Amino acid sequence: MRQVAIVGAGMTRFGELWGSSLRDMFVEAASGALDDAGADHVDSIYVGCMSGGQFVGQEHLGPLMADYLGMAGVPATHVESACASGGVALRLAFMEVASGMCDLALATGVEKMTDGADVTNVLATAADQELEVYYGVTFPGLYAMIARAHMEEHGTTEEDLAWVSVKNHRHGALNEKAQFRRELTLDQVMSSSMVAEPLRLLHCSPVSDGAAAVLLCPLEQAKRYTDRPVEILGSGLATDSLALAQRESPARLGAVRKSAESAYKMAGIGPEDVQVAEVHDCFSISEICCIEALGFAEEGRGGSAARDGMTAIGGDIPVNTSGGLKSKGHPVGATGIAQAIEIFRQLQGEAGERQVEAARVGLTQNMGGSGASSVVHIYQGV
Amino acid sequence: MPSPRYTREIPSRYRLEAARCEGCGAVAFPPRQICPRCRGREFEQVDLSRKGRVITSTVIHVPPAEFMMQAPYAMAIVETPEGARFMTQVVDCDPGCVLPGTEVSLEFRRIRKEDHGGILCYGHKAVPATLTVAREEWE
Repeated sequence: MRQVAIVGAGMTRFGELWGSSLRDMFVEAASGALDDAGADHVDSIYVGCMSGGQFVGQEHLGPLMADYLGMAGVPATHVESACASGGVALRLAFMEVASGMCDLALATGVEKMTDGADVTNVLATAADQELEVYYGVTFPGLYAMIARAHMEEHGTTEEDLAWVSVKNHRHGALNEKAQFRRELTLDQVMSSSMVAEPLRLLHCSPVSDGAAAVLLCPLEQAKRYTDRPVEILGSGLATDSLALAQRESPARLGAVRKSAESAYKMAGIGPEDVQVAEVHDCFSISEICCIEALGFAEEGRGGSAARDGMTAIGGDIPVNTSGGLKSKGHPVGATGIAQAIEIFRQLQGEAGERQVEAARVGLTQNMGGSGASSVVHIYQGV
Repeated sequence: MPSPRYTREIPSRYRLEAARCEGCGAVAFPPRQICPRCRGREFEQVDLSRKGRVITSTVIHVPPAEFMMQAPYAMAIVETPEGARFMTQVVDCDPGCVLPGTEVSLEFRRIRKEDHGGILCYGHKAVPATLTVAREEWE
């Protein structure tokens, strides 16, 4: 297997981009990544997108996007794993370059969520239709059940949940690509309207449009494109039952733990070696469960991490320096790639006001559904 | 929902039919062809008890369109004595009282009415066990 590096990145702003279509956003992000690397061609394109079919009635995204990038003829594949579609697209691009099948692969993610579709129903297709959605549960409802199980088992509090949102908005306020570039107070979060008990509106990531792209090549060719490539040291993907009820415990995200174990093993490092991470905070409780599953906090102890400052910029292990899904926005298919871009910039030393000092090793974790799929990547500045 | 699919899902929804793996004893609900625990393929049919205990729960305040009239409503993962776990609504009570550990009975109810197909969708909902006992005494 060849060593693989990220050599360029591009993304749209995240938010309600009413003036941009699915393909417009893709072209902005993808051409941005090519320009960033000074590349004039690609050998392969992966398009992570959860549901072009249901959000805007458009499938067959591989050839559509290749054509609009001016690259009709290039192999292009649509990748779907619900909200982990972007992370899985990155993994496939990584594998294709690592295997020697191609030299220059573009990993992208895109989602158009504000064109009028019933977003709650479309997102619910990532849960089990027969066993969950049929009975009236929503995605916030599933994560609310995870939250209540975590509170029951470990004593996590509503205030612990709220601190995750406060911390991520503090980070996102520094990110010009973020949908909600403003800070929140604990009171604002704790008094926002109830969505699914115990989760309130400000515990939930928003509905967003956006696209993101990164360009990958063999490490030995990376200096052609950038002075500061970032190597991908490890990749892990794991699955669990779609239905929350069929897991051993609703308070634990088994797929996140397994995907992290494979990525750590491949990279030959452990959680203590990571200095900056982007994790899938689609709801405040998911950041708490994920940092436990990734090994940044002991099981049951993730609740105090944001409140104590451990996961803030300047803390032991800064998590979601981009603002996370909560503040930056969550155009579902684009999220996994946007996470990789934040780590790419952090390890290049180009994260501006959000820069984590002396960051050499970073991690991204992106998941689908209520944790039925999870993909982890580990990166190192070169 | 197209009616063939709806019909297919009736045995587990209407009759709470589950399958116990003959290899490891795990109960799959609804029945499966392959045991998720040991990959065994031999099962015996089990009818679940009409009672259980709440594992975790929530109260939905922002519902899907088809459940708009019912909000706010409680939903829970319920475990039956046979070890089957599933998602269900918990009704006929203050939704805020449905918490982990709450004992419930399972009752056959209408779940929702579909917009386009017009099918009335039935299945099981849970009610707090204390309420069932009170009802029986009253009757």
